[in-house]
Amino acid sequence: MRIHGTAVYVLWRREMIRYVRAKSRLFGSLAMPVFFLIFLGLGFRRMPVPGMDGGAGYIGFLAPGIIGMTLLFSSSMQGMSVLWDREFGFLKEIMVAPVSRVSLVLGRIAGGATTSMLQGLLIFGASLVMGFRFRGPAALAAGLVFMLLISFTFIGLGLVFASRMKDMQGFGIVMNFVVFPFFFLSGALTPLENFPWIIRALSYADPLTYGVDGLRGALTGTSALPVVVDLAAMAGFSALMLFLGAYFFETSEGV
Amino acid sequence: MDAIRVEGLVKTFDGFTAVDRVSFAVAEGELFGLLGPNGAGKTTTINMLATLLRPTAGSAVVAGFDVARDRDAVRKSIGIVFQEPALDGRLTGRENLEFHTMMYGLGKAERRRRIDEVLALVELTDKAGVLVDKYSGGMKRRLEIARGLTHRPEVLFLDEPTLGLDAQTRRHIWDYVRKLNKESGVTIILTTHYMEEADFLCDRVAIMDHGAFAALDTPARLKDALGGDVVSLELEGDAAAFLEALGREAWIKRSKLREDVLSLTMERGERRIPDLVVMAGRHGVAVSCVNLRKPSLEDVFLHFTGRTIREREATAGERNRARVMHHQRRRA
Repeated sequence: MRIHGTAVYVLWRREMIRYVRAKSRLFGSLAMPVFFLIFLGLGFRRMPVPGMDGGAGYIGFLAPGIIGMTLLFSSSMQGMSVLWDREFGFLKEIMVAPVSRVSLVLGRIAGGATTSMLQGLLIFGASLVMGFRFRGPAALAAGLVFMLLISFTFIGLGLVFASRMKDMQGFGIVMNFVVFPFFFLSGALTPLENFPWIIRALSYADPLTYGVDGLRGALTGTSALPVVVDLAAMAGFSALMLFLGAYFFETSEGV
Repeated sequence: MDAIRVEGLVKTFDGFTAVDRVSFAVAEGELFGLLGPNGAGKTTTINMLATLLRPTAGSAVVAGFDVARDRDAVRKSIGIVFQEPALDGRLTGRENLEFHTMMYGLGKAERRRRIDEVLALVELTDKAGVLVDKYSGGMKRRLEIARGLTHRPEVLFLDEPTLGLDAQTRRHIWDYVRKLNKESGVTIILTTHYMEEADFLCDRVAIMDHGAFAALDTPARLKDALGGDVVSLELEGDAAAFLEALGREAWIKRSKLREDVLSLTMERGERRIPDLVVMAGRHGVAVSCVNLRKPSLEDVFLHFTGRTIREREATAGERNRARVMHHQRRRA
């Protein structure tokens, strides 16, 4: 199937315009991760974290987790934008356009990935203010790769749900029952070692576990699994979820 | 060549037949109307022609391309204005048009020129920089019609173009639609449940009911089929003898008694009213109200479907509600 570059670009640009204009959405979605950073970061300041060496402290453990959380929420919300368009009728305008469905999916992914990367980077900046330190430019580059893979994975997930749902309430319920477990199971806030084995088993089925662990490893040098394992897992998950998202979106009807 | 050729088109949803073996052809440059109540299958028909829904059976060729096989080619050749607004309220009017023209692959200079052109056509040039959320209903409608035209489609679909608009705005939109059709020669298919809209705008009208066509012709010929004017008499008293007497009069083409209103079809009704009142008196029936109506499409609808469009709408509404509830139960 042909990819229409202009269509991908114009879908991406629309997302950017909307993102910049919706200031309340921007700040609203940043509020929660910032509060987590401030209150958990300060509250657990003196707590030793198993496996975190080099005196990075809890903030060194927490910051990558909160960046991962920001990416998880903002990219799965990309599915919401499909439902939003359905609700306001704009989806029909998109679906009736003479461009391949693959281009439509790519445009959505490009827009969603950019907005969630921007959100993630803003939280990264906030964590630096909170005293988080990373190892240098190469570490940051590797971290960006993990951030992008996390975004892709959950944009795919959002598209799967949004393509099969007709209303926003249903999507809200999914957010609570799917996205929050992804978050808590990932070890974003607490080391997985402390969980009972059954929860830990679930954690290893959660893509975000590898995303957060990889991000932590890339930025601080300390991770539960080798960074290469995290990278391979995330590459696999993101490819799978993007494929599923694209497939479900393509086969959904326009009205 | 026909702009549209439809043969035996069918669409079923979970066993419910929304469109039932519809066949018709629309000539190039024609302004063609689908008239019927809500739930008659008009929008479903349009959505199939616009490639948004896949037909269950039958075939449709739009601008020379098959809607099931050549979807992208069909999409390129058509413009569509949906029943519900399909604009992005967080973008300005111009940005909405830019989005559209880029999706349709127009070059930069051409985009600018055409956007300016259509904005002028619908008189929105000075509102182009305003967010669409701030537009009134009529302005949104005009912007959507403009958008449907920016890529110069061969066929333009208008699904209930004036639904929910005030009389003045409706009149305005009618004028645009006519002007468009005359000046640019674009083939226009519109759906409506407003009789006067179909009557005023369309070259030919198909009356649609329960997913099928009940009639298809020019508005004038459809009205002629009724055989003249309709005189309605509101009667008081036992009308049996009066009806029997009327049955012997050859100039009465049709009579229909609904509750106590007797509707009679005849030519030159205004000349017959005095006779009718006298006759009624002779047969012991009092006439409390007389109404003379030159035939409208409303009567045409009544004639072809046996009910008025409003009654139809009530039952179609119930049917739709039942269907929606059925869906919700299944999902839950």
